[in-house]
Amino acid sequence: MEHISYIREPLITGEGVTYSQITDEVLKPVEGPPTTKWLIGFAVSFAFFCIWCLAIGDTFWNGIGEWGLNKTVGWAWDITGFVWWVGIGHAGTLISAVLLLFRQNWRNSINRSAEAMTIFAVICAATYIFGHMGRPWLFYWIFPLPNTFGSLWVNFNSPLVWDAFAISTYFTVSLVFWYIGLIPDLASIRDRAKGISQKIYSIASFGWRGTAREWLRFEAVSLILAALATPLVLSVHSIVSSDFATSLIPGWHTTIFPPYFVAGAIFSGFGMVQTLLIIAREALNLKKYITIEHIETMNRILILTGSIVGVAYGTEFFIAWYSGSEYEQYHFFYTRAQGPYWWAWVMMISCNVITPQLLWIKKIRTSIMATWILSIFVNIGMWFERFVIIVLSLHRDFIPSSWAMFYPTMVDMGVFFGSIGLFMTMFLLFIKFAPSIAMAEVKLLLKNGSEQAKKLMHPEEGAHHGAKEGVIIAATTLGIKEKDHE
Amino acid sequence: MNNTKYIIGVYDDEDTLKSGIQAIQKEGISIFDVFTPYPVHGLHHLLHIPRSRLPKVAFVCGCIGALTGIALLAYTLGIDWPMDIGGKPHFPIPNYVPVTFELTVLLGSLGMAFAYFYVNGMYPGAHPKIFDPRSTNDRFVMALEVNDQNNDQINKLLKGTGVAEIKYTES
Repeated sequence: MEHISYIREPLITGEGVTYSQITDEVLKPVEGPPTTKWLIGFAVSFAFFCIWCLAIGDTFWNGIGEWGLNKTVGWAWDITGFVWWVGIGHAGTLISAVLLLFRQNWRNSINRSAEAMTIFAVICAATYIFGHMGRPWLFYWIFPLPNTFGSLWVNFNSPLVWDAFAISTYFTVSLVFWYIGLIPDLASIRDRAKGISQKIYSIASFGWRGTAREWLRFEAVSLILAALATPLVLSVHSIVSSDFATSLIPGWHTTIFPPYFVAGAIFSGFGMVQTLLIIAREALNLKKYITIEHIETMNRILILTGSIVGVAYGTEFFIAWYSGSEYEQYHFFYTRAQGPYWWAWVMMISCNVITPQLLWIKKIRTSIMATWILSIFVNIGMWFERFVIIVLSLHRDFIPSSWAMFYPTMVDMGVFFGSIGLFMTMFLLFIKFAPSIAMAEVKLLLKNGSEQAKKLMHPEEGAHHGAKEGVIIAATTLGIKEKDHE
Repeated sequence: MNNTKYIIGVYDDEDTLKSGIQAIQKEGISIFDVFTPYPVHGLHHLLHIPRSRLPKVAFVCGCIGALTGIALLAYTLGIDWPMDIGGKPHFPIPNYVPVTFELTVLLGSLGMAFAYFYVNGMYPGAHPKIFDPRSTNDRFVMALEVNDQNNDQINKLLKGTGVAEIKYTES
């Protein structure tokens, strides 16, 4: 018995919800045949995935000369896409790890799909790392392996080497965390399935039984993994930002980058979580478990992180002025807003700083449609933020004769839009073959966090009392003594 | 194969299960195991299960990770092939923090995860003894070892605890 709160919003809505009903409803897309909506979504995603295969195949076969890069702009859509995807991944870890440490129970119904998003987003990000290498078959040169050059080791002073360690650790730890959480739910599918799928889920669920010991260990492991993943997620985007911040390019050479990138990552990640979950709750009929309360809470995080990003933009301008460096000042006061890429900067500011402020209005914050549209703006805005940082800083070189523009080729576009197809293909396969909501963790909330439990807690007179009396009345109705509150 | 007989009490509520456990323990009968669809908090107190030592495993593995990181960096760039990079020191501690940190987290998590699978006896394709398949759905299952002498006594005791269903099984 814990977290009995009379005043908090219920986390599961609806009347007469039972444990088996949760299992049935969450597993419906897994156990039933694919729906038409799913098939259409999958067909479109898979088509984009095929475009990605062609584009990345062309890149590997002919080299990165197929991209629109030039001598001045040597990094463009590839790194933009990489940072965008890694950032999107951060919300999943924030929801599954940080909110677990803070005992935020509302995370229970969204953490599974958010963390699946993390894994798929990091896979997408990794494809850009391989894609931009030029000779991707030598990717292992980034790791300190004994070799016949001396042994000549990698330079551990370089943020690019840190990045390799950070991204691979992040992916591994996220995958382990996600899978350990998934096992009890896979066991639920196993125990209901028949025939071949029973065999497959039996292998996938590692022989989970749900004994008291197993659950105790499960919770201990979840907590420690969360405690390890929390500093990890902060380190990942800090290190990604160091790829830029340790250089001397105006626009990159900024000490505010690590916290600014982390806030931006969480912002963009929650944008993507909103975009996907709003569709998922409609399509999979999970409105009971992903409620307006969840959407509103995530919108609050969007306001917070969006505002932090806004402050970071302002700080960059202030420091450019304060530094007295004419190159910094030229970059921030001329190139960004008045250069040939002014429209990218306008997109970044309007989608990241201005439109999220609309979420202060409760009506917008609790509107599904408005939230969905604003979350798309966040996704677009955060892509443009990385584009602004990367391309705008590079295209005005120190020597004006080297100034250049970046024009994406079809292959550039194929790799980027195709990677969205890759992501969606993986996400749709996930919701078809695994429970998209952590069933066990949602069942945990049924007895005290659901609407029906709260109604039971507060009899008619409860409404006329203050919150504290309400809790006491609720506790007596449920027959809970002080001692039970552990 | 030994022929241990089990009596299975199937509950449909966590609180009835808990009071059932207490009622049975009061008679000095030990409970073989309890299976629940979600982590029922406080159950380990009732069943006298000690706290998991897995966090300690994570700590030790994390320490090994940190030492591996420092040793790797010190050996490769400090001892084996010291490179002159702009006259900077060969063992710049701040630059080595990120990689050391990542290795700490990586080994700590992986070590704990493998230890978790090991102590639970979990691996792909493991065939567990499941007393009631509904225990991963909506039932709270208590299994007790019985023999011919105490069979009736336990059966009677279980019936008085608000149990939804009683079954027998052999293994």
